[in-house]
Amino acid sequence: MSRQVISTSLSVGLATGLYGVSFGAIGSAAGLSVPAVMLLSLLMFSGASQFAFVGIVAAGGAPITAISSAWLMGVRNSFYGLRLNTVIGPRGLWRMLAAHLTIDESNAVSAAQEGLRDQKLGFWLTGGAVFVFWNTATLLGALAGNLFGSVEAWGLDGAAAAAFLGLLWPRLKNNLALAGIGALVALVAIPLTPAGVPVLLAAVVALLPIGGKK
Amino acid sequence: MISTVIFASLAVYSWKILGFLIPDRLIGERGRLIAERMTVSLLAALVMLQGFSTQSDLVLDARAASLVVAGALLALRVPYIFVVLAGALVAAGVRLLGL
Repeated sequence: MSRQVISTSLSVGLATGLYGVSFGAIGSAAGLSVPAVMLLSLLMFSGASQFAFVGIVAAGGAPITAISSAWLMGVRNSFYGLRLNTVIGPRGLWRMLAAHLTIDESNAVSAAQEGLRDQKLGFWLTGGAVFVFWNTATLLGALAGNLFGSVEAWGLDGAAAAAFLGLLWPRLKNNLALAGIGALVALVAIPLTPAGVPVLLAAVVALLPIGGKK
Repeated sequence: MISTVIFASLAVYSWKILGFLIPDRLIGERGRLIAERMTVSLLAALVMLQGFSTQSDLVLDARAASLVVAGALLALRVPYIFVVLAGALVAAGVRLLGL
């Protein structure tokens, strides 16, 4: 096993922990109880879906809107699962657990590794590390929500943006045009469509024969 | 609210488990390519969403500075954790200066 995989996984876990604090604080600022915020991190365990959910709740949206936004935001996990199933090939309960740990970060770290062994290790270590750090941080953020004042003052929203850019970076070399088109579509769609739809439109871009590989 | 949270969580999990249940032979090389493209395109969209939006509006604020600095650090091959920390420090610093 490679030390580099272990250090990357732990770094990603720590980094997501950093904005897990911001999720906890934002969730409690949205008026959710501490148990409700914690259930989101434990059961939903998908950052973008969770942020979408509390965003709708904070804006006073209906429960069905919050549910469907979180759901739409999670569609990409299916595609991560397709890839991970061939890499890890889990069985029975392991498969259910692997599905639960299938998120942007665990798939990205796994995909960045060279050999199959490191790809498996990268998935489990990153998924496990993120789960532990994300939930611990959510609890801290939810409890300290009012102490923090605002997540903006602490730059926690800036950390979240940097975290996604860091995940995208290693893939830009082969897919620069595609990433550019996906980003542009999202930017245009943000003011024009309901929450969750910009990301779905970017998913559609990936299915079209544009921004071809290399 | 708790039941709404549980229902939404199950909805999100349904996508996750679906990916693991579709048989490998139905995917093939083309499916793998699409999954890779999907990851890139969605991450690019999430950077935009996280960096330049509030609710349903485009905004240019301190997070843009975070992204510029993060991009520069990534180009210099700085480890991931420092990139994320810098993202927080830059956004907090820019707001502290009232820019």
